[in-house]
Amino acid sequence: MQKHDAVIIGAGPAGLNAAIALRKHDLNVLVIDEFPHLGGRLLGQLHEEPNGEWWNGIKEAEKLVNEAKALNTEMLTNVSVHHIQRKDGAFVVHTNRKNYEAKNVLIATGAAETANPIPGWTLPGVMTIGAAQVMTNVHRVRVGEKGIVIGVNVLAAAIARELLLAGIRLHSLALPINNAVTDEQSHPKMVMERLSRIAHLAPSPLLRFGGKFAKYKWAQNIAVSFYPKKGINMWDVPIHLRKAVKEINGTEQVESVTMVDITKDGEIIPGTEEEIPVDFVCIAGGLYPLAELAAVVGVPFKYVEPLGGHVPVHNEKMETPVEGVYVAGNITGIESAKVARAQGKVAGLSIAFRMKKDAAIQKEIEKAMDEVKTTRDNATIQFHPEIARGRDDIHAQFNKYLNG
Amino acid sequence: MKRNRIIEHPILDQLEERKTVTFQFDGKTLTGYERDTIASALLANGIRTLRRHEHSGAPRGIYCNIGHCFECRVTVNGTPNVRACITPIEENMIVESGKQLPSPLNPNNEHVPKTYREYMEMKDGEN
Ligand SMILES: Cc1cc2nc3c(=O)[nH]c(=O)nc-3n(C[C@H](O)[C@H](O)[C@H](O)COP(=O)(O)OP(=O)(O)OC[C@H]3O[C@@H](n4cnc5c(N)ncnc54)[C@H](O)[C@@H]3O)c2cc1C
Ligand code: FES
Repeated sequence: MQKHDAVIIGAGPAGLNAAIALRKHDLNVLVIDEFPHLGGRLLGQLHEEPNGEWWNGIKEAEKLVNEAKALNTEMLTNVSVHHIQRKDGAFVVHTNRKNYEAKNVLIATGAAETANPIPGWTLPGVMTIGAAQVMTNVHRVRVGEKGIVIGVNVLAAAIARELLLAGIRLHSLALPINNAVTDEQSHPKMVMERLSRIAHLAPSPLLRFGGKFAKYKWAQNIAVSFYPKKGINMWDVPIHLRKAVKEINGTEQVESVTMVDITKDGEIIPGTEEEIPVDFVCIAGGLYPLAELAAVVGVPFKYVEPLGGHVPVHNEKMETPVEGVYVAGNITGIESAKVARAQGKVAGLSIAFRMKKDAAIQKEIEKAMDEVKTTRDNATIQFHPEIARGRDDIHAQFNKYLNG
Repeated sequence: MKRNRIIEHPILDQLEERKTVTFQFDGKTLTGYERDTIASALLANGIRTLRRHEHSGAPRGIYCNIGHCFECRVTVNGTPNVRACITPIEENMIVESGKQLPSPLNPNNEHVPKTYREYMEMKDGEN
């Protein structure tokens, strides 16, 4: 069996940019992705940058794919990886097609969406906000006539706008009802606090509104206490912090949701139930690193809240404690596609250095690591206000591993 | 199928004319576009229910649309548990919705792998 210098799992911005770096050093790379199109979650992203330009993920993906193709990169779509086995100092990557041998493996599987389970959420017509993004912008199919978004966070706000651009109507964005799982997502004060701390970055009026209260906890408290009953409009769609969806109703598919008023602490105010007819529902629970494959191959994990949950331990060079296994992109923590892309380059170069031991590559790695930081500092979309602290946390964990 | 498509868009390119692909869902002949997944082609045809829950019989459709949750599992050309949301449609493909089963949770009912080793052995047995 042919042994690849590197098998890259995931053809998002991280995986593709890593492949490009490796091919530039003339190494033998195979990129594997289970989605029918290359580009990962770039496909579907559509944001207005503060300078008024649009970040069109489909075009950004195209650029990366074209560059990788020009370098004769071998890339497979519609192939799922379900196991990585260590064998004689190398790896066997198991897929639903066949197995591939590799001297190095880069796991760049990205993120998945956290569930906000509320009664009725399994009805056809209920989907994640990301599902609606892909259906709308990639497949160009309408998810419904008029819907509601459950969850108020950065991704919800970004994709709500995308639905509106495509001519799909939204009743509002509201919180999920409080239960054991929805917890933080259902608490007006916590939602407000998180929004307010990332507000200065975001181009959306909702987040700018939050930004006014950024500095002072008491101001956030007041903002939540006196939050308008009819919500605050963003692109003519109300954002509710004092209304929650308690239940999704329907027999064969979504017909309506039951909405209630809630206190500033997220408790239901009795007698406020209201039935709202909608034909689709988007659940926006936030993102977490999709990291199972790193666990399977023996990489240790640490829970780092600002990074989005359990992340594989790694250092700034994207190495894990398992020699030959690398990670890059959202698997290492939830950040924008630009950061993922920059991390991919670091990972590709780190693998190239392991293969060639060339001092010039060392220099390139240093530069690429700086690029990750600059990209992070200039990010226009940030998923957690404490991202930099989270990064320090996980890198320190790597050193702990090395030093026993 | 066109009625549910987003053709014009203020920022993205206009949806280009694509080749149509004919496939079957539960015996009905439907058309979608090249590059459609089973899930997107079905939704374009107004179909949201992809299966019945094996145990309760409750209707289920897509949830994540990117291959993570397995809510969209259907049978494709005789192969069960295929994710409709990441599987492209092909000419004459036969897609069947998932059905309610008599007692799906009984582990003695049929051979289901309980460990990865068992799974690999079953897979090797197929080839
Ligand atoms: C639903 C969703 C919507 C998002 N929307 C936005 C947005 O609007 N704006 C924004 O800035 N960020 C968004 N993000 C964050 C996004 O994760 C980053 O912007 C960026 O795409 C991360 O890049 P990546 O290369 O790490 O992973 P991804 O771009 O997610 O790419 C990972 C790839 O790995 C593949 N993969 C995963 N597991 C396997 C496997 N076992 N076998 C084979 N292939 C596999 C996937 O199919 C995917 O193509 C979104 C994330 C999700 C999950
Ligand atoms: S809808 Fe989640 S896997 Fe297809």
